Amino acid sequence: MFSWFGKVSFVPFSKVQDFAVHLKDGRLMGSRCKSCGYQTFPPRADCPECLSGEFEFVEYTGAGKVFTFSTISAAPTGFEDLVPYTVVVVDLHEGGRLLGWLGASISAEEVRIGMDVQTVPRIDESSEDIKVFYTIERAGTTWGKAPRPTSAEPPASSSPGTRTAVPVTPTR
Amino acid sequence: MSRVGVIGIGHGKFGRRSDATVQELAFEAFREALHDAPIPKSEIDATVIGAVPEYHKQRSVAGVIQEYLGLTPTPTWLTEVACASGSAAIRTAWMAIRSGMHKVVAVIGCQKMTELSTPEILALMGRVGEVQWESVFGTTFPAYYAMFANAHMHSYGTTRDQLLQVAVKNHFYGARNPNALFQKPITLEKARASEPVASPFCVYDCCANADGAACVILADEFRARSLGGDRVVWLDGVGCATASMSVLKRPNLTGLPSAEQAARQAYQMAEVSARDIKVAEVHDCFTIAEIMAYEDLGFCEKGQGGRYIEERKPYPDGGGVAVNVDGGLKAKGHPIGATGVSMACEIVKQLRGEAGIRQVSGADVGLTHNVGGIGQYCFVHVFRRN
Repeated sequence: MFSWFGKVSFVPFSKVQDFAVHLKDGRLMGSRCKSCGYQTFPPRADCPECLSGEFEFVEYTGAGKVFTFSTISAAPTGFEDLVPYTVVVVDLHEGGRLLGWLGASISAEEVRIGMDVQTVPRIDESSEDIKVFYTIERAGTTWGKAPRPTSAEPPASSSPGTRTAVPVTPTR
Repeated sequence: MSRVGVIGIGHGKFGRRSDATVQELAFEAFREALHDAPIPKSEIDATVIGAVPEYHKQRSVAGVIQEYLGLTPTPTWLTEVACASGSAAIRTAWMAIRSGMHKVVAVIGCQKMTELSTPEILALMGRVGEVQWESVFGTTFPAYYAMFANAHMHSYGTTRDQLLQVAVKNHFYGARNPNALFQKPITLEKARASEPVASPFCVYDCCANADGAACVILADEFRARSLGGDRVVWLDGVGCATASMSVLKRPNLTGLPSAEQAARQAYQMAEVSARDIKVAEVHDCFTIAEIMAYEDLGFCEKGQGGRYIEERKPYPDGGGVAVNVDGGLKAKGHPIGATGVSMACEIVKQLRGEAGIRQVSGADVGLTHNVGGIGQYCFVHVFRRN
Protein backbone atom coordinates (compact mmCIF):
# COMPACT_ATOMS: atom_id res chain seq x y z
CA MET A 1 0.00 0.00 0.00
CA PHE A 2 2.93 2.30 0.62
CA SER A 3 3.65 1.80 -3.07
CA TRP A 4 0.88 4.37 -3.63
CA PHE A 5 3.26 7.07 -2.40
CA GLY A 6 5.37 8.91 -4.97
CA LYS A 7 5.99 8.43 -8.68
CA VAL A 8 8.37 5.49 -8.39
CA SER A 9 8.11 3.42 -5.22
CA PHE A 10 11.15 1.78 -3.68
CA VAL A 11 9.56 0.49 -0.48
CA PRO A 12 6.06 -0.94 -1.11
CA PHE A 13 5.56 -1.96 2.52
CA SER A 14 6.09 -0.21 5.80
CA LYS A 15 4.63 -0.25 9.30
CA VAL A 16 3.44 3.29 8.58
CA GLN A 17 1.91 2.39 5.21
CA ASP A 18 -1.48 3.84 6.17
CA PHE A 19 0.23 7.21 5.65
CA ALA A 20 -0.56 6.72 1.95
CA VAL A 21 -4.24 5.98 2.66
CA HIS A 22 -4.54 9.13 4.75
CA LEU A 23 -2.79 11.13 2.04
CA LYS A 24 -5.26 9.78 -0.53
CA ASP A 25 -8.03 11.09 1.73
CA GLY A 26 -6.40 14.49 1.95
CA ARG A 27 -4.69 14.18 5.30
CA LEU A 28 -0.98 14.65 5.98
CA MET A 29 0.05 12.49 8.91
CA GLY A 30 2.95 12.45 11.30
CA SER A 31 3.23 10.01 14.18
CA ARG A 32 3.10 10.08 17.95
CA CYS A 33 4.47 7.42 20.29
CA LYS A 34 1.64 6.03 22.41
CA SER A 35 4.03 5.34 25.23
CA CYS A 36 6.07 8.55 25.67
CA GLY A 37 4.36 10.99 23.31
CA TYR A 38 7.38 11.50 20.99
CA GLN A 39 5.96 13.17 17.88
CA THR A 40 7.65 13.30 14.50
CA PHE A 41 7.30 13.84 10.79
CA PRO A 42 7.70 11.82 8.61
CA PRO A 43 5.89 9.21 10.71
CA ARG A 44 7.73 6.24 12.16
CA ALA A 45 6.45 3.09 13.83
CA ASP A 46 9.21 2.67 16.36
CA CYS A 47 10.07 5.28 18.96
CA PRO A 48 13.75 6.23 18.99
CA GLU A 49 13.36 7.65 22.51
CA CYS A 50 11.57 4.91 24.52
CA LEU A 51 11.79 2.08 21.93
CA SER A 52 8.02 1.47 22.00
CA GLY A 53 6.48 0.05 18.82
CA GLU A 54 3.03 1.49 19.58
CA PHE A 55 2.22 4.64 17.64
CA GLU A 56 -0.71 6.63 16.36
CA PHE A 57 -1.03 8.98 13.39
CA VAL A 58 -1.35 12.71 14.05
CA GLU A 59 -2.68 15.09 11.42
CA TYR A 60 -0.37 17.91 10.34
CA THR A 61 -1.53 21.12 8.69
CA GLY A 62 1.37 20.99 6.23
CA ALA A 63 2.09 24.70 6.63
CA GLY A 64 5.73 25.70 6.77
CA LYS A 65 8.63 27.59 5.25
CA VAL A 66 10.91 26.70 2.35
CA PHE A 67 14.14 25.27 3.80
CA THR A 68 15.85 24.72 0.45
CA PHE A 69 15.04 23.60 -3.12
CA SER A 70 16.45 22.67 -6.52
CA THR A 71 15.07 22.47 -10.04
CA ILE A 72 16.12 19.17 -11.58
CA SER A 73 16.92 19.04 -15.32
CA ALA A 74 18.77 15.70 -15.40
CA ALA A 75 16.32 13.13 -14.09
CA PRO A 76 16.82 9.62 -12.77
CA THR A 77 15.15 6.58 -14.37
CA GLY A 78 11.37 6.86 -14.14
CA PHE A 79 11.23 10.68 -13.87
CA GLU A 80 12.47 11.70 -17.34
CA ASP A 81 8.98 12.78 -18.47
CA LEU A 82 8.75 15.40 -15.71
CA VAL A 83 11.86 17.52 -16.36
CA PRO A 84 12.40 20.17 -15.39
CA TYR A 85 10.77 19.71 -11.97
CA THR A 86 11.47 21.45 -8.69
CA VAL A 87 11.89 19.65 -5.38
CA VAL A 88 11.35 21.70 -2.24
CA VAL A 89 12.25 20.92 1.36
CA VAL A 90 9.71 22.40 3.76
CA ASP A 91 10.38 23.15 7.41
CA LEU A 92 6.96 22.30 8.87
CA HIS A 93 5.58 24.70 11.48
CA GLU A 94 4.60 21.67 13.57
CA GLY A 95 8.11 20.21 13.46
CA GLY A 96 9.93 17.96 11.03
CA ARG A 97 10.59 18.51 7.35
CA LEU A 98 9.32 17.03 4.13
CA LEU A 99 10.45 16.98 0.54
CA GLY A 100 7.91 17.38 -2.25
CA TRP A 101 7.31 18.85 -5.68
CA LEU A 102 6.77 22.53 -6.21
CA GLY A 103 3.12 22.96 -7.25
CA ALA A 104 1.58 25.13 -9.96
CA SER A 105 0.82 28.10 -7.66
CA ILE A 106 4.52 29.03 -7.34
CA SER A 107 6.88 29.27 -10.28
CA ALA A 108 10.40 27.84 -10.12
CA GLU A 109 11.78 31.38 -10.55
CA GLU A 110 9.74 32.62 -7.63
CA VAL A 111 10.58 30.05 -4.96
CA ARG A 112 12.84 31.39 -2.19
CA ILE A 113 14.32 30.02 1.01
CA GLY A 114 12.24 31.22 3.95
CA MET A 115 9.05 31.65 1.89
CA ASP A 116 5.77 30.63 3.60
CA VAL A 117 4.21 27.63 1.87
CA GLN A 118 1.46 25.06 2.20
CA THR A 119 1.84 21.31 1.60
CA VAL A 120 -1.15 19.96 -0.33
CA PRO A 121 -2.06 16.23 -0.65
CA ARG A 122 -2.55 15.12 -4.27
CA ILE A 123 -3.74 12.16 -6.30
CA ASP A 124 -2.30 11.55 -9.76
CA GLU A 125 -5.46 11.10 -11.79
CA SER A 126 -3.57 10.36 -14.99
CA SER A 127 -2.37 7.10 -13.47
CA GLU A 128 -4.42 3.90 -13.56
CA ASP A 129 -2.76 2.82 -10.35
CA ILE A 130 -3.40 4.78 -7.18
CA LYS A 131 -0.61 7.33 -6.92
CA VAL A 132 -0.53 9.88 -4.12
CA PHE A 133 1.96 12.62 -3.37
CA TYR A 134 2.00 16.22 -2.24
CA THR A 135 2.87 19.52 -3.79
CA ILE A 136 4.23 22.66 -2.20
CA GLU A 137 1.90 25.60 -2.85
CA ARG A 138 1.44 29.23 -1.92
CA ALA A 139 0.67 29.74 1.79
CA GLY A 140 -3.07 29.65 2.43
CA THR A 141 -3.84 27.28 -0.43
CA THR A 142 -6.73 25.00 0.48
CA TRP A 143 -7.93 21.83 -1.18
CA GLY A 144 -11.07 19.67 -1.08
CA LYS A 145 -10.32 18.83 2.49
CA ALA A 146 -9.04 22.05 4.01
CA PRO A 147 -6.15 21.87 6.47
CA ARG A 148 -7.02 22.31 10.09
CA PRO A 149 -4.84 22.85 13.10
CA THR A 150 -3.45 19.77 14.81
CA SER A 151 -5.69 18.94 17.71
CA ALA A 152 -4.40 17.40 20.92
CA GLU A 153 -6.06 14.16 19.86
CA PRO A 154 -5.85 12.61 16.39
CA PRO A 155 -9.12 12.44 14.39
CA ALA A 156 -11.35 9.85 16.03
CA SER A 157 -12.57 8.39 12.76
CA SER A 158 -11.71 9.07 9.19
CA SER A 159 -14.30 9.55 6.49
CA PRO A 160 -12.52 8.63 3.27
CA GLY A 161 -13.09 10.26 -0.07
CA THR A 162 -14.21 13.64 1.18
CA ARG A 163 -11.95 15.65 -1.05
CA THR A 164 -11.83 16.44 -4.72
CA ALA A 165 -8.39 15.84 -6.00
CA VAL A 166 -6.89 18.39 -8.35
CA PRO A 167 -4.60 16.84 -10.92
CA VAL A 168 -1.33 18.66 -10.71
CA THR A 169 1.96 18.22 -12.43
CA PRO A 170 5.11 19.63 -10.94
CA THR A 171 5.99 23.14 -12.03
CA ARG A 172 7.93 23.25 -15.24
CA MET B 1 51.72 3.77 20.02
CA SER B 2 53.35 2.51 16.87
CA ARG B 3 52.79 4.26 13.58
CA VAL B 4 51.47 3.05 10.24
CA GLY B 5 53.40 4.03 7.13
CA VAL B 6 52.56 4.16 3.44
CA ILE B 7 55.33 2.30 1.58
CA GLY B 8 53.85 2.08 -1.91
CA ILE B 9 51.34 3.84 -4.14
CA GLY B 10 49.85 3.04 -7.54
CA HIS B 11 47.25 4.81 -9.65
CA GLY B 12 45.56 3.76 -12.87
CA LYS B 13 44.10 5.94 -15.60
CA PHE B 14 40.61 7.22 -14.71
CA GLY B 15 37.98 7.49 -17.43
CA ARG B 16 35.59 5.44 -19.51
CA ARG B 17 37.53 2.20 -19.35
CA SER B 18 35.53 -0.04 -21.62
CA ASP B 19 38.83 -1.83 -22.27
CA ALA B 20 39.07 -3.45 -18.84
CA THR B 21 37.23 -5.44 -16.16
CA VAL B 22 37.20 -4.26 -12.55
CA GLN B 23 39.91 -6.76 -11.59
CA GLU B 24 42.06 -5.64 -14.52
CA LEU B 25 41.71 -2.04 -13.34
CA ALA B 26 42.66 -3.15 -9.81
CA PHE B 27 45.71 -4.95 -11.19
CA GLU B 28 47.05 -1.82 -12.91
CA ALA B 29 47.10 0.10 -9.65
CA PHE B 30 48.40 -2.86 -7.65
CA ARG B 31 51.28 -3.50 -10.08
CA GLU B 32 52.38 0.13 -9.92
CA ALA B 33 52.19 0.14 -6.10
CA LEU B 34 54.30 -3.03 -5.87
CA HIS B 35 56.89 -1.53 -8.23
CA ASP B 36 56.89 1.55 -6.00
CA ALA B 37 57.13 -0.38 -2.71
CA PRO B 38 60.38 -1.83 -1.36
CA ILE B 39 58.81 -5.27 -0.78
CA PRO B 40 57.95 -8.36 -2.82
CA LYS B 41 54.33 -9.41 -3.30
CA SER B 42 54.82 -12.28 -0.85
CA GLU B 43 55.14 -9.80 2.04
CA ILE B 44 51.52 -8.68 1.66
CA ASP B 45 49.50 -10.51 4.27
CA ALA B 46 46.04 -9.01 3.59
CA THR B 47 44.15 -6.80 1.14
CA VAL B 48 41.22 -4.50 1.77
CA ILE B 49 39.05 -3.54 -1.19
CA GLY B 50 37.06 -0.30 -1.26
CA ALA B 51 34.20 -0.50 -3.76
CA VAL B 52 30.44 -0.08 -4.00
CA PRO B 53 28.84 -3.39 -5.02
CA GLU B 54 25.78 -2.13 -6.91
CA TYR B 55 27.78 -1.01 -9.95
CA HIS B 56 29.38 -4.35 -10.75
CA LYS B 57 27.79 -7.33 -12.43
CA GLN B 58 30.35 -9.45 -10.56
CA ARG B 59 29.10 -10.09 -7.07
CA SER B 60 31.55 -9.69 -4.18
CA VAL B 61 34.44 -8.15 -6.10
CA ALA B 62 37.01 -8.62 -3.32
CA GLY B 63 37.17 -12.33 -4.18
CA VAL B 64 37.68 -11.90 -7.91
CA ILE B 65 40.32 -9.22 -7.31
CA GLN B 66 42.19 -11.35 -4.77
CA GLU B 67 42.31 -14.21 -7.26
CA TYR B 68 43.40 -11.99 -10.17
CA LEU B 69 46.19 -10.41 -8.07
CA GLY B 70 47.42 -13.91 -7.28
CA LEU B 71 47.06 -13.33 -3.57
CA THR B 72 44.88 -16.22 -2.45
CA PRO B 73 44.83 -17.60 0.25
CA THR B 74 45.71 -14.36 2.10
CA PRO B 75 42.70 -12.61 3.68
CA THR B 76 40.66 -9.96 1.90
CA TRP B 77 37.47 -8.07 2.65
CA LEU B 78 35.37 -5.28 1.17
CA THR B 79 34.45 -1.96 2.75
CA GLU B 80 31.41 -0.01 1.61
CA VAL B 81 30.34 3.48 2.64
CA ALA B 82 29.25 4.88 -0.74
CA CYS B 83 31.77 7.37 -2.19
CA ALA B 84 34.04 7.02 0.88
CA SER B 85 34.53 3.26 0.47
CA GLY B 86 38.21 3.75 -0.43
CA SER B 87 38.99 5.67 2.74
CA ALA B 88 37.08 3.13 4.80
CA ALA B 89 39.40 0.50 3.31
CA ILE B 90 42.42 2.56 4.39
CA ARG B 91 40.97 2.98 7.87
CA THR B 92 40.37 -0.76 8.32
CA ALA B 93 43.86 -1.56 7.01
CA TRP B 94 45.28 0.93 9.52
CA MET B 95 43.27 -0.78 12.27
CA ALA B 96 44.42 -4.23 11.14
CA ILE B 97 48.06 -3.14 11.32
CA ARG B 98 47.72 -1.25 14.60
CA SER B 99 46.07 -4.28 16.18
CA GLY B 100 49.11 -6.37 15.29
CA MET B 101 47.04 -8.79 13.26
CA HIS B 102 48.62 -7.82 9.91
CA LYS B 103 52.03 -6.38 8.99
CA VAL B 104 51.67 -5.27 5.37
CA VAL B 105 48.26 -4.56 3.85
CA ALA B 106 47.47 -3.58 0.26
CA VAL B 107 44.43 -1.31 -0.01
CA ILE B 108 42.77 -1.15 -3.40
CA GLY B 109 39.96 1.23 -4.24
CA CYS B 110 38.27 0.45 -7.51
CA GLN B 111 35.04 1.03 -9.40
CA LYS B 112 33.69 0.30 -12.83
CA MET B 113 30.74 2.67 -13.18
CA THR B 114 30.19 3.09 -16.89
CA GLU B 115 28.52 -0.28 -17.37
CA LEU B 116 25.41 1.63 -16.26
CA SER B 117 23.73 4.48 -18.18
CA THR B 118 23.69 8.03 -16.78
CA PRO B 119 19.96 7.90 -15.82
CA GLU B 120 20.59 4.55 -14.10
CA ILE B 121 23.52 6.06 -12.18
CA LEU B 122 21.39 9.13 -11.32
CA ALA B 123 18.70 6.80 -9.98
CA LEU B 124 21.20 4.68 -8.04
CA MET B 125 23.03 7.65 -6.58
CA GLY B 126 19.81 9.51 -5.77
CA ARG B 127 18.89 6.55 -3.59
CA VAL B 128 21.68 7.47 -1.17
CA GLY B 129 19.06 9.95 -0.05
CA GLU B 130 16.19 8.46 1.95
CA VAL B 131 14.22 6.19 -0.39
CA GLN B 132 10.96 5.99 1.59
CA TRP B 133 10.18 9.70 1.77
CA GLU B 134 12.51 11.48 -0.68
CA SER B 135 13.58 9.39 -3.70
CA VAL B 136 9.90 8.88 -4.60
CA PHE B 137 9.96 12.52 -5.80
CA GLY B 138 12.87 11.89 -8.17
CA THR B 139 15.66 13.38 -6.09
CA THR B 140 19.13 13.04 -7.56
CA PHE B 141 22.60 13.20 -6.09
CA PRO B 142 23.31 16.54 -7.82
CA ALA B 143 19.97 17.86 -6.54
CA TYR B 144 20.86 17.10 -2.92
CA TYR B 145 24.15 18.98 -3.17
CA ALA B 146 22.36 21.70 -5.15
CA MET B 147 20.05 22.14 -2.17
CA PHE B 148 23.15 22.63 0.01
CA ALA B 149 24.41 25.17 -2.53
CA ASN B 150 21.15 27.14 -2.45
CA ALA B 151 21.21 27.11 1.35
CA HIS B 152 24.86 28.24 1.42
CA MET B 153 24.22 31.01 -1.11
CA HIS B 154 21.21 32.14 0.90
CA SER B 155 22.98 32.09 4.28
CA TYR B 156 26.40 33.46 3.31
CA GLY B 157 26.03 35.21 -0.02
CA THR B 158 28.15 32.64 -1.84
CA THR B 159 27.93 33.32 -5.57
CA ARG B 160 27.59 31.23 -8.72
CA ASP B 161 30.97 32.45 -9.92
CA GLN B 162 32.63 31.44 -6.65
CA LEU B 163 31.22 27.93 -7.08
CA LEU B 164 32.45 27.72 -10.65
CA GLN B 165 35.90 29.04 -9.71
CA VAL B 166 36.36 25.70 -7.91
CA ALA B 167 35.74 23.95 -11.23
CA VAL B 168 38.15 26.27 -13.05
CA LYS B 169 40.90 25.54 -10.49
CA ASN B 170 40.39 21.79 -10.53
CA HIS B 171 40.28 21.52 -14.32
CA PHE B 172 43.49 23.58 -14.47
CA TYR B 173 45.22 20.96 -12.31
CA GLY B 174 43.52 18.03 -14.02
CA ALA B 175 45.33 19.14 -17.15
CA ARG B 176 48.58 18.55 -15.22
CA ASN B 177 47.66 15.04 -14.14
CA PRO B 178 47.93 12.36 -16.85
CA ASN B 179 45.65 10.01 -14.85
CA ALA B 180 42.78 12.53 -14.87
CA LEU B 181 39.73 12.01 -17.08
CA PHE B 182 39.65 15.66 -18.24
CA GLN B 183 42.89 17.01 -19.63
CA LYS B 184 41.94 20.56 -20.60
CA PRO B 185 41.63 23.75 -18.54
CA ILE B 186 38.27 25.51 -18.72
CA THR B 187 37.29 29.17 -18.49
CA LEU B 188 34.68 30.64 -16.18
CA GLU B 189 32.65 31.63 -19.28
CA LYS B 190 32.63 28.04 -20.54
CA ALA B 191 31.61 26.75 -17.10
CA ARG B 192 28.77 29.30 -16.84
CA ALA B 193 27.42 28.35 -20.27
CA SER B 194 27.17 24.62 -19.59
CA GLU B 195 23.83 22.77 -19.50
CA PRO B 196 21.69 22.91 -16.34
CA VAL B 197 21.65 19.78 -14.15
CA ALA B 198 19.94 20.76 -10.89
CA SER B 199 19.69 24.44 -10.05
CA PRO B 200 21.97 26.20 -9.31
CA PHE B 201 24.27 23.55 -10.79
CA CYS B 202 25.20 23.13 -14.39
CA VAL B 203 27.41 20.43 -15.88
CA TYR B 204 30.67 22.04 -14.72
CA ASP B 205 29.53 22.04 -11.09
CA CYS B 206 29.45 18.23 -11.15
CA CYS B 207 32.14 15.60 -11.21
CA ALA B 208 31.94 12.84 -13.81
CA ASN B 209 31.24 9.15 -13.34
CA ALA B 210 34.34 7.17 -14.23
CA ASP B 211 36.09 3.83 -14.03
CA GLY B 212 39.40 3.44 -12.29
CA ALA B 213 41.50 2.06 -9.45
CA ALA B 214 44.17 3.19 -7.02
CA CYS B 215 46.31 1.31 -4.50
CA VAL B 216 48.29 2.13 -1.36
CA ILE B 217 50.41 -0.35 0.56
CA LEU B 218 50.52 0.19 4.32
CA ALA B 219 53.03 -1.34 6.71
CA ASP B 220 53.71 -1.42 10.42
CA GLU B 221 56.30 0.98 11.83
CA PHE B 222 59.12 -1.56 11.97
CA ARG B 223 58.84 -2.58 8.32
CA ALA B 224 58.10 0.94 7.11
CA ARG B 225 61.19 2.31 8.86
CA SER B 226 63.54 -0.49 7.91
CA LEU B 227 62.41 -0.84 4.30
CA GLY B 228 60.88 2.46 3.31
CA GLY B 229 63.72 4.84 4.15
CA ASP B 230 62.93 8.52 3.68
CA ARG B 231 60.13 7.84 1.16
CA VAL B 232 57.79 6.64 3.89
CA VAL B 233 54.76 8.81 4.55
CA TRP B 234 53.03 8.26 7.87
CA LEU B 235 49.29 8.00 8.34
CA ASP B 236 49.19 9.66 11.75
CA GLY B 237 45.57 10.76 12.10
CA VAL B 238 42.40 8.92 11.16
CA GLY B 239 38.98 10.40 11.78
CA CYS B 240 35.54 9.14 10.86
CA ALA B 241 32.04 10.35 11.65
CA THR B 242 28.48 9.95 10.39
CA ALA B 243 25.35 12.06 9.99
CA SER B 244 21.68 11.28 9.38
CA MET B 245 20.82 9.38 6.19
CA SER B 246 18.02 11.84 5.50
CA VAL B 247 19.57 15.24 4.89
CA LEU B 248 16.19 16.67 5.93
CA LYS B 249 17.10 15.77 9.51
CA ARG B 250 20.35 17.78 9.53
CA PRO B 251 20.39 20.99 11.59
CA ASN B 252 21.45 22.97 8.51
CA LEU B 253 22.40 22.40 4.89
CA THR B 254 25.43 24.69 4.82
CA GLY B 255 28.06 22.19 5.92
CA LEU B 256 28.72 18.55 6.76
CA PRO B 257 28.79 17.86 10.51
CA SER B 258 30.42 14.47 9.82
CA ALA B 259 33.34 16.27 8.15
CA GLU B 260 33.83 18.69 11.03
CA GLN B 261 33.89 15.82 13.52
CA ALA B 262 36.15 13.56 11.43
CA ALA B 263 38.59 16.46 11.00
CA ARG B 264 38.63 17.19 14.73
CA GLN B 265 39.43 13.53 15.48
CA ALA B 266 42.17 13.30 12.85
CA TYR B 267 43.81 16.58 13.88
CA GLN B 268 43.79 15.52 17.51
CA MET B 269 45.26 12.10 16.82
CA ALA B 270 47.99 13.52 14.60
CA GLU B 271 48.56 16.43 16.99
CA VAL B 272 48.19 19.02 14.27
CA SER B 273 45.76 21.83 13.53
CA ALA B 274 44.26 23.11 10.29
CA ARG B 275 47.07 25.68 10.16
CA ASP B 276 49.66 22.90 9.80
CA ILE B 277 48.09 21.44 6.64
CA LYS B 278 49.98 22.41 3.47
CA VAL B 279 48.17 20.30 0.91
CA ALA B 280 44.73 18.69 0.93
CA GLU B 281 42.66 16.41 -1.23
CA VAL B 282 39.00 17.19 -0.57
CA HIS B 283 35.82 15.59 -1.81
CA ASP B 284 34.70 17.97 -4.57
CA CYS B 285 31.95 15.79 -6.03
CA PHE B 286 30.20 19.13 -6.63
CA THR B 287 31.62 22.64 -6.49
CA ILE B 288 29.76 23.47 -3.26
CA ALA B 289 31.26 20.38 -1.63
CA GLU B 290 34.78 21.82 -1.95
CA ILE B 291 33.65 25.19 -0.57
CA MET B 292 32.00 23.50 2.42
CA ALA B 293 35.17 21.41 2.90
CA TYR B 294 37.33 24.56 3.27
CA GLU B 295 35.02 25.53 6.12
CA ASP B 296 34.43 22.11 7.72
CA LEU B 297 38.18 21.40 7.78
CA GLY B 298 38.92 24.79 9.35
CA PHE B 299 40.90 26.23 6.42
CA CYS B 300 38.66 29.30 6.70
CA GLU B 301 35.81 30.57 8.86
CA LYS B 302 32.28 29.22 8.41
CA GLY B 303 30.62 31.01 5.49
CA GLN B 304 33.93 32.26 4.03
CA GLY B 305 34.49 29.35 1.63
CA GLY B 306 33.30 31.31 -1.40
CA ARG B 307 35.68 34.14 -0.65
CA TYR B 308 38.50 31.62 -0.02
CA ILE B 309 38.37 30.38 -3.62
CA GLU B 310 37.69 33.85 -5.03
CA GLU B 311 40.90 35.06 -3.35
CA ARG B 312 42.74 32.06 -4.83
CA LYS B 313 43.77 30.81 -1.37
CA PRO B 314 43.54 27.09 -2.29
CA TYR B 315 46.03 27.52 -5.15
CA PRO B 316 49.66 26.66 -4.27
CA ASP B 317 51.30 29.86 -2.97
CA GLY B 318 47.85 31.36 -2.57
CA GLY B 319 48.40 31.82 1.13
CA GLY B 320 46.03 29.03 2.18
CA VAL B 321 46.01 25.27 1.91
CA ALA B 322 46.70 23.95 -1.61
CA VAL B 323 43.56 21.96 -2.43
CA ASN B 324 43.02 19.32 -5.11
CA VAL B 325 46.09 20.12 -7.14
CA ASP B 326 45.68 16.79 -8.94
CA GLY B 327 42.34 17.92 -10.41
CA GLY B 328 40.11 16.60 -7.65
CA LEU B 329 37.07 14.46 -8.35
CA LYS B 330 35.98 17.25 -10.65
CA ALA B 331 38.67 16.74 -13.29
CA LYS B 332 40.02 13.30 -12.43
CA GLY B 333 36.58 11.70 -12.57
CA HIS B 334 35.03 9.91 -9.61
CA PRO B 335 35.17 6.10 -9.68
CA ILE B 336 33.53 6.04 -6.28
CA GLY B 337 35.39 3.17 -4.62
CA ALA B 338 38.74 4.37 -5.97
CA THR B 339 38.47 8.03 -5.00
CA GLY B 340 39.60 7.86 -1.34
CA VAL B 341 42.65 5.80 -2.28
CA SER B 342 43.41 8.12 -5.20
CA MET B 343 43.42 11.03 -2.74
CA ALA B 344 45.90 9.19 -0.50
CA CYS B 345 48.19 8.50 -3.49
CA GLU B 346 48.34 12.21 -4.33
CA ILE B 347 49.09 13.28 -0.76
CA VAL B 348 51.86 10.68 -0.49
CA LYS B 349 53.35 11.95 -3.77
CA GLN B 350 53.17 15.52 -2.52
CA LEU B 351 54.78 14.73 0.83
CA ARG B 352 57.54 12.72 -0.84
CA GLY B 353 58.20 15.68 -3.13
CA GLU B 354 57.48 13.53 -6.20
CA ALA B 355 54.45 15.40 -7.60
CA GLY B 356 56.37 16.92 -10.50
CA ILE B 357 54.75 19.95 -12.14
CA ARG B 358 52.01 20.06 -9.53
CA GLN B 359 54.35 19.83 -6.51
CA VAL B 360 53.37 22.07 -3.59
CA SER B 361 56.58 23.46 -2.12
CA GLY B 362 57.25 22.72 1.54
CA ALA B 363 54.50 20.10 1.76
CA ASP B 364 55.19 18.20 4.99
CA VAL B 365 51.68 17.63 6.37
CA GLY B 366 48.67 16.80 4.18
CA LEU B 367 45.18 15.45 4.50
CA THR B 368 42.46 13.63 2.63
CA HIS B 369 38.76 14.41 3.14
CA ASN B 370 36.55 11.72 1.62
CA VAL B 371 32.77 12.03 1.91
CA GLY B 372 30.33 9.16 1.53
CA GLY B 373 26.90 9.93 0.14
CA ILE B 374 25.64 13.37 1.06
CA GLY B 375 27.83 13.58 4.16
CA GLN B 376 26.31 10.52 5.81
CA TYR B 377 29.91 9.36 6.19
CA CYS B 378 33.16 11.29 6.26
CA PHE B 379 36.75 10.13 6.65
CA VAL B 380 39.60 12.57 7.25
CA HIS B 381 43.17 11.22 7.19
CA VAL B 382 46.25 13.24 8.15
CA PHE B 383 49.56 12.24 6.58
CA ARG B 384 53.02 13.40 7.62
CA ARG B 385 56.43 13.13 6.02
CA ASN B 386 58.55 12.72 9.14
